[in-house]
Amino acid sequence: MDMKTSGRKLGLKEKYAHMTRGLGWETTYQPMDKVFPYDKMEGIKIHDWEKWEDPFRLTMDAYWKYQSEKERKLYAIIDAFAQNNGHLNVTDARYINALKLFITGVSPLEYMAHRGFAHTGRQLRGVGPRVACQMQAIDEIRHVQTQIHTISNYNKFYNGMHDFRHMHDRVWYLSVPKSFFDDAISAGPFEFMVAIGFSFEYVLTNLLFVPFMSGAAFNGDMGTVTFGFSAQSDEARHMTLGLEVIKFLLEQDPDNLPIVQKWIDKWTWRGVRMLTLVAMMMDYMLPKRVMSWREAWDIYFEQNAGALFKDLARYGITMPKCVETAIKEKDHISHQAWATFYQYGAAAAFHTWMPTPEEMDWLSSKYPDSFDRYYRPRFEYWREQEAAGNRFYNKTLPMLCQTCQIPMLFTEPDDPTKIAYRETTYKGEKYHFCSDHCQHIFEDESEKYMQSWLPVHQIYQGNCFPEGVDPTAPDFDPLAAVLQWYHIQFGADNLSFEGSEDQKNFEQWRGMATQNV
Amino acid sequence: MTTTADLRNPPPMQDYQGQAKDGVEHFHGNQLLYVGWEDHLLFCAPFAFPFPPAMRFGDVVSHVLPGAFGYHPDFANIDWQQAQWFKSGQTFQPDFDKSLADNGLGHKDVIRFRTPGLTGIRGSCS
Repeated sequence: MDMKTSGRKLGLKEKYAHMTRGLGWETTYQPMDKVFPYDKMEGIKIHDWEKWEDPFRLTMDAYWKYQSEKERKLYAIIDAFAQNNGHLNVTDARYINALKLFITGVSPLEYMAHRGFAHTGRQLRGVGPRVACQMQAIDEIRHVQTQIHTISNYNKFYNGMHDFRHMHDRVWYLSVPKSFFDDAISAGPFEFMVAIGFSFEYVLTNLLFVPFMSGAAFNGDMGTVTFGFSAQSDEARHMTLGLEVIKFLLEQDPDNLPIVQKWIDKWTWRGVRMLTLVAMMMDYMLPKRVMSWREAWDIYFEQNAGALFKDLARYGITMPKCVETAIKEKDHISHQAWATFYQYGAAAAFHTWMPTPEEMDWLSSKYPDSFDRYYRPRFEYWREQEAAGNRFYNKTLPMLCQTCQIPMLFTEPDDPTKIAYRETTYKGEKYHFCSDHCQHIFEDESEKYMQSWLPVHQIYQGNCFPEGVDPTAPDFDPLAAVLQWYHIQFGADNLSFEGSEDQKNFEQWRGMATQNV
Repeated sequence: MTTTADLRNPPPMQDYQGQAKDGVEHFHGNQLLYVGWEDHLLFCAPFAFPFPPAMRFGDVVSHVLPGAFGYHPDFANIDWQQAQWFKSGQTFQPDFDKSLADNGLGHKDVIRFRTPGLTGIRGSCS
């Protein structure tokens, strides 16, 4: 090495420059376009990668130090949680079903985010964003690990979490979050950054990650609250990266504006559709509610994102049109989604229930324009039927939206009594959608979305049975075979909360912890 | 198979070609038919069924729909003579004695029926 050393310690700014920009170089054995083949294919024009501003100026050694401190604190609390039977401190065992949805639906996305940012970092020829992506990639794998470790303390005692990764790739409702992330990760590097960094982390995180963590806090789940806190400072960095991507792209070339606007429109809607699961969790699965979905939407989307888009107006970015639809739907989607899971509760890896009369009154007060008129009659009927021994389990498979893969449960934006049907024909085949926006996304990239792995169609094609079973055998039960393939244990993981093993065990164990038996 | 050479020289994105996953040839002789019951959102979404194209339309109504929609207290009160049918949202007159194919129903067609006078649990369209 012939590098001269000055003998003095580097200042933070110098260190940052050496540890990031100083690590990049122009390749000579191969042209740069061959080393970085993907960063031009989306039509994005970058003239000066040096204009990338990293607001955190974090170097890898500092990053390592911060993260290890957070890990030590987190694992001390996880150990205490395990030793003190922390799982018995939650409000009631219904709450644990929100964790089941989280570990099967959200944690695998953290892992995919790790893969996505690692891949994207490799594909960007600018050193600043490459280092930022690298750190986010490591954050994301840390998040999935801490989530698995925390929630494993519930898996020891409760059903439905034993095969979360296997289920994520197979179970019908998990195809919604899975296909969302697969869609992002199979896009080009800049679309991925806008999809996940901006739309997901920046615009929607307060409606996704935060409700689960505040739900945990309200319901006595110290373990989950702690991994939430441990992730929070990372999330702040991710949000800043997401916003920086948008500003960087828009300042580089005016031709980037329509491309970026299209991605923001698309990913806002993709995110809004996926948030249906969170809306349902907030309004129905938390025994102690934090706030209603509608209240969260009003604050975190209409107010905060409204301000954000005003700020972005100077770049020419406008509020996505789909937001008008989302605002009309905010009084409905949580109820429609819970009605769906309740009736398909035999095919879910968590328990479902009808709200109690008090909970229905809470819903009436939070949804004065919709709950009593459209949903209460349905839910009271189901409560009565369940009490009479005629609990509704829908055994016929639903029609799905080709784009978001959610059953066609959404109603017309202006008429909550009519299912919204949209369709188009592409290369001689029909495709169906839940909304104008899912249809537009399909029409813009039909070659991509014609490949959607729709769980219902896959079942009918015979692709969702355990290996070796004979679907032509006289006693073949296709739905039972599908559950086996999902690794959902009938009678333990699925069906009503009322009468479940989880309910009985929790009551018994908590009784032993709080009473003399 | 994608080769390393392809990865280094990706074709323009607009030239990308996919393969449709749900062509009728994948359904073992069946075609998909989606069926919804208007004003009855107790069933959260329309249903998807795989049927042979030669299946009689009337057999769908009398042999399949009871299993799918029969839980609803309105179902027993349906007068099929009065039911109004729609295909892709347009008025549609099925011939119960003809096959799905002869009724013009192809793969992934969507039909709905409305049952006048029946408007769900306590008139809530549930």
